[in-house]
Amino acid sequence: MTTPNGDRSDHSPWNWLLIVPIILPLIPFLYNSDEPRLLGFPLFYWLQLAFIAIGVACTTIVYQMTKRRR
Amino acid sequence: MNEHLTEIIIFTALFLLVSGMGFVAARWRRPENLASLDEWGLGGRSFGSWVTWFLVGGDLYTAYTFVAVPALLWGAGATGFFAVPYTIVVYPIVFLVLIRLWSVSHVHGFVTPADFVRARFDSPTMALLVAITGIVATMPYIALQLVGIEAVLKSMGVTGHLPIVIAFAILAAYTYQSGLRAPALIAFVKDTLIYIVILVAIIAIPARLGGWGSIFDAAQAKFDATPAPGDGILLNGNNQLQYVTLALGSALALFLYPHSITGVLASRNRDVIKRNMSALPAYSLLLGLIALLGYMAIAAGVKPIVTEGKPDNNTIVPQLFDQMFPDWFTGIAYAAIGIGALVPAAIMSIAAANLFTRNIYKEYLKPNASDADEARISKIVSLLVKVGAVLCILFLDTGFSIDLQLIGGVIILQTLPAVALGLYTRWFHRGGLIAGWVAGMTAGMLLLYNIGNPAIGKLHFAGSAFPLEKLGLDTKTTIYAGVLALAVNLAVAAIGTVIARTAELADGDDATRPDHYFADEGDPRIRDLDLTTP
Repeated sequence: MTTPNGDRSDHSPWNWLLIVPIILPLIPFLYNSDEPRLLGFPLFYWLQLAFIAIGVACTTIVYQMTKRRR
Repeated sequence: MNEHLTEIIIFTALFLLVSGMGFVAARWRRPENLASLDEWGLGGRSFGSWVTWFLVGGDLYTAYTFVAVPALLWGAGATGFFAVPYTIVVYPIVFLVLIRLWSVSHVHGFVTPADFVRARFDSPTMALLVAITGIVATMPYIALQLVGIEAVLKSMGVTGHLPIVIAFAILAAYTYQSGLRAPALIAFVKDTLIYIVILVAIIAIPARLGGWGSIFDAAQAKFDATPAPGDGILLNGNNQLQYVTLALGSALALFLYPHSITGVLASRNRDVIKRNMSALPAYSLLLGLIALLGYMAIAAGVKPIVTEGKPDNNTIVPQLFDQMFPDWFTGIAYAAIGIGALVPAAIMSIAAANLFTRNIYKEYLKPNASDADEARISKIVSLLVKVGAVLCILFLDTGFSIDLQLIGGVIILQTLPAVALGLYTRWFHRGGLIAGWVAGMTAGMLLLYNIGNPAIGKLHFAGSAFPLEKLGLDTKTTIYAGVLALAVNLAVAAIGTVIARTAELADGDDATRPDHYFADEGDPRIRDLDLTTP
């Protein structure tokens, strides 16, 4: 349980992966289109919903790689 | 005989069930006593992954979200979908920031973001500004929860303000009794109900309306027929910047709200927060699907309820449920929305009360307040905050509370330099931060004041989309006012800092040390410092 004193930090190269889900949804020309549709959903809607999955994947990877060993 | 009798009975029964849970919650994970802010206001700081997931989720996705976001899609189309990128962007941003806040707060016993600012910048003034900003921004947010309940009640044919006053009195009583444990426990019921309702809705309703494709086509047909230039199921060239800045600005604002920070500080350790930041987007998916209820309402030809000659767009989703579901299921759906209002309202009032107690009462009125005094004052203030929110609804036009909420988002962003950037750097001088806050706040109010909407006859405070042509630019593009105001704030804070450093103005002591930002549960630093910090 006890962790050594003073030698830990938040720095990890894995943190850079979090940039992906921050930047992707903020580039509207990627998704501002009707075609192609998926199950009737215009691209605008299904692609943004798909970004959620990307966000989950990136944060999960960073969590697994940076969590503390107990 | 009211034609909505079945709905009313089911709604009332579920409402009473969760109220009972709210009172029992005081005994859940029983502490030795509730007479301290750590216990009453942060649930003992011991919530694990599941409780935190429900608590933070229940806190961020409110009744108003379920009612207003689809109403926005119903009325304006694609622009309303900004809520989805907003809830995607927010988690990775806070992933790194909030674990630092958690650590430093546990080392020093901070309960509010203003506590942190006070210690970091040695500035009671900046802490007071952060506290006031938080309280002011939270009040209309609570009032909007009432708007959500009102929309449901209206759809059941229940009019008048008495039912809302009763509902809030019950809420106030169990929050007083159980503190943060009450919304944490109720959030389980709330989210279960909402997941059931939404899953049924997104399967059953499109099936009855001829599939998703025809729902989107019906929405497009409606927007094609309106004269408004900004609507449609896609964005146009002029509102794309608005869309992304609103998503980004809202994401930055979200975790500056005191109630979101309360939910995070209540968790047991850093990994609980990190795990949640990857699990919370499950709600984003839900939110995206709920948003699309707005288009389903278009395809189903739902009309909002008209009261006193004004259509109330907030009744769109309740009306859609009423039209599509059998009465008993509509009752469950209404209960989900109604209970969905109680959880965030409780957390928000607790957060606002903690701010008042720690950063105004203890700081300026009674510096030697004991733990029990603090808990007592917070309990009373949480009652007053709810009374204030009810008065907002009773005496102000609800349209006006929506404007207040809009202003709330812009003003809470002005605490970003001190709170969020403060977690990373102490470069800013306290004088610069105060100057930046004043400038950002002024700029934000000026921008919002100058946003008019001729279509509804409002000249000021009619939205958050600021047209860049008003700054002399030759374009029809609009941008979220909060982001512009924040830019002004940051610029002034930076210039002020340089001036203050050049003039060698006194800069207080930083009570935190770099390693405080990484401390975790079971860490010796937390235990050592707990003994020495008051």
